Amino acid sequence: MFAFKQSRKSIELIERFLNTVDQGGLIFKEGVKNYLQGNKDSFLDNLKTLSTLETDADIIKRKLENILYTQSLMPQLRGDILKLLESLDTILDNAKSNLYQFDVEMPYIPTEIHADLIKLTELSGSAIESVIPAAKAYFRNPETVKESLHRVYLFEKEADKLADAIKRKVFHEMNNLKLSEKFHLRYFTLHIENLSDHAQKAADLLSIMAIKRTI
Amino acid sequence: MTFLIFITSGLFLGWSLGANDAANVFGTAVGSKMLSFRRAAFIASIFVVLGAVFQGRGAADTLNELGAVDALGGAFTVALCSAVIVFAMTRKSLPVSTSQAIVGAIMGWSYFTGNPVDYKVLLKIVGTWISGPVLGMLFASGLFILMRWMLRKSSIHIIMLDQVIRISLILSGAFGAYSLGANNIANVMGVFVNSAPDIFLDFGIFTIDGVQILFLLGGLAIAIGIFTYSERVMNTVGNGILALTPEAAIVVVLAHSLVLFIFSSQSLSNLLVSVGLPPIPLVPVSSTQVVIGAVLGIGLVKGVREIKFKALGGVFIGWFLTPVIAGILTYFALFIVQNVFDIQVSLNRIVDSATVVEKPGLDDSLSRINMVLPGILIVTLGLFLVIVLLYIRQQRLRMKAENELLAEQNQSYASQKTLNELEIKAIQNENELLNSKLEARQRELTNLALNIAEQRSFYADLAAQVDEAINTGDNDEKKQKLNDLAMLLRQKMTFSKETAELYGKIELLQKDFQMKLENDFPGLTEQEKRLATLLRLNLSNKEIASLMNITPKSVEIARYRLKKKLNLPQGKNLSQYLTNV
Repeated sequence: MFAFKQSRKSIELIERFLNTVDQGGLIFKEGVKNYLQGNKDSFLDNLKTLSTLETDADIIKRKLENILYTQSLMPQLRGDILKLLESLDTILDNAKSNLYQFDVEMPYIPTEIHADLIKLTELSGSAIESVIPAAKAYFRNPETVKESLHRVYLFEKEADKLADAIKRKVFHEMNNLKLSEKFHLRYFTLHIENLSDHAQKAADLLSIMAIKRTI
Repeated sequence: MTFLIFITSGLFLGWSLGANDAANVFGTAVGSKMLSFRRAAFIASIFVVLGAVFQGRGAADTLNELGAVDALGGAFTVALCSAVIVFAMTRKSLPVSTSQAIVGAIMGWSYFTGNPVDYKVLLKIVGTWISGPVLGMLFASGLFILMRWMLRKSSIHIIMLDQVIRISLILSGAFGAYSLGANNIANVMGVFVNSAPDIFLDFGIFTIDGVQILFLLGGLAIAIGIFTYSERVMNTVGNGILALTPEAAIVVVLAHSLVLFIFSSQSLSNLLVSVGLPPIPLVPVSSTQVVIGAVLGIGLVKGVREIKFKALGGVFIGWFLTPVIAGILTYFALFIVQNVFDIQVSLNRIVDSATVVEKPGLDDSLSRINMVLPGILIVTLGLFLVIVLLYIRQQRLRMKAENELLAEQNQSYASQKTLNELEIKAIQNENELLNSKLEARQRELTNLALNIAEQRSFYADLAAQVDEAINTGDNDEKKQKLNDLAMLLRQKMTFSKETAELYGKIELLQKDFQMKLENDFPGLTEQEKRLATLLRLNLSNKEIASLMNITPKSVEIARYRLKKKLNLPQGKNLSQYLTNV
């Protein structure tokens, strides 16, 4: 009837899952930087670590699903919680796919936009990093969720603006690039920018969930 | 026996109460799936019976003061009419109070029999109909603010909170069920108190009298009501006035339990009197209305927008409608029972409402039944049954776990089998491929053997012809024979079977190249295509010359022509070009 042991295990799993997503964001940032700086070995290391983190997150998520449903913990909230975990897992999946795309497609990135791309990656990474404290707050202090979320929205907006600026620069100012190279750059900018959009989606979900939990 | 038949209407009322009011106590817990219905019903049943037997008397006495229904026929009719009203209004999904129905019915009895109505007592009861929900509202507001503060301060993890809520829902539900039994048993069995048998059951540790036996029966009827009919009500509760979160449900149940407890606790009332405060009126209050008051209290703390005023209107209509209809129905029912069935509904003695009917005292020793031995037997039997049930449950769980393990193993075997089958299929395919290769090799070997035999016979024939030429004396004839031999050898060289076979093989290997060549340069002759193929294999001019049976000089000329036909610029290597095609 009372599953304290399973509850403690679930709490630990949730913490581990959130930390994994957090680490994933950091590794992604490092990976992009290493690619741009031409540190092939470090980049491959980052790719491997991110892949492991993504697999770990999937395993933890499945374990949590299993515990929450078999032990019928939080019958009213588990649907929302699993949706949140799914949303955070999508961020990690996308980060991994992005880094893999760098490895497979090896896009040519002119040095003129290196700094901008690093900044865009930092902004998207920061949006991801800001969702995690909000998600942690949801589980313990739902009233404070909103305070953490405004940072996510800010980073997402900034990432959008910067991505637009990069695309404009590539298509309008860099005439020496082939059209195919421009398209390639646009895709990579879009993919990095999309990470912040995913973080925003998780933030939207969290803000509704926090309202539902406030009694 | 007659007594048992007459109290069936009371038991029916008890059943209705259990079906309806258990939802007030465990509704949210079951509706939100925090607690299974069976578990909730089990806890509620036990505590309702305990509350009824050990704390039910106070409120029952107050009902008696209002109108002491002194004949079994009257009590039966009063309880039956109340039960019918409660059941009918529940079927119509109207909020109904058993307390109001029974008070209305008693008033109907008093008017019919001409017994005076103590309006002071009536006022006291009606007062609690208002003060009950108001008190519930106050308690709920206070408890809600306290709980919200505690939750914000504690920073407890949501999953741990879930477990705490579960325990709290069970504890508050048990307290709620106890209070419900204590307070509302008066509605169910109150009218039969004057007809209760004068016996005592001595269980050694405690003794229960006739009234308590009556209350025990009523409690059991409520328990049956909970088990048989309350699940549907529990699953739909919470959608009426305010959708409750489990946290709010704990507050509502606690506030409800406190109000019902206060209005049925003789000890608490005595305590107040001892410190010089006025006593608490021990009155059956409506469980549903107290819950509505409590929900309203939470609504006020959260903001009035969340309250559904339409549902509240229904409650107020119920307050007036229920007692009036119950009173009228009882009046007519008593008329029918008395005049048609000729059953006595009153002892026709005017009872002073201020005093409770005194019963002729029976010899205590005669009516005392020793229940120690049967009690021990029942408890032992109960324990034995519980142990057996637990053992069966344990066995079932073990079997289930074993079956699950077995199913898991089967699944793993099945997937292993599929994998093995796939592997076998792959090996079979490989074997087939190797077999076909082996066959091709064998065919080649046979051809080679045949070729060797053919060549042997050719060489033997050649040797014989050379011998014949040597032995020929005539020079002209000898010359002719040698010429024939040279011609034969040249023919053999031109139509060599091996060369044709070699070409065949090369063409097979270079099929894609040949097709490409044909598509891109359709003007090439067979000879040129053959040259291109040999050049692609990186063979030297000399090797090509011997294979094509031409001189190396001719190969050079053929290369030059081919280069021109392929439109290759000066200086571009032909072999390299052909290799890259």
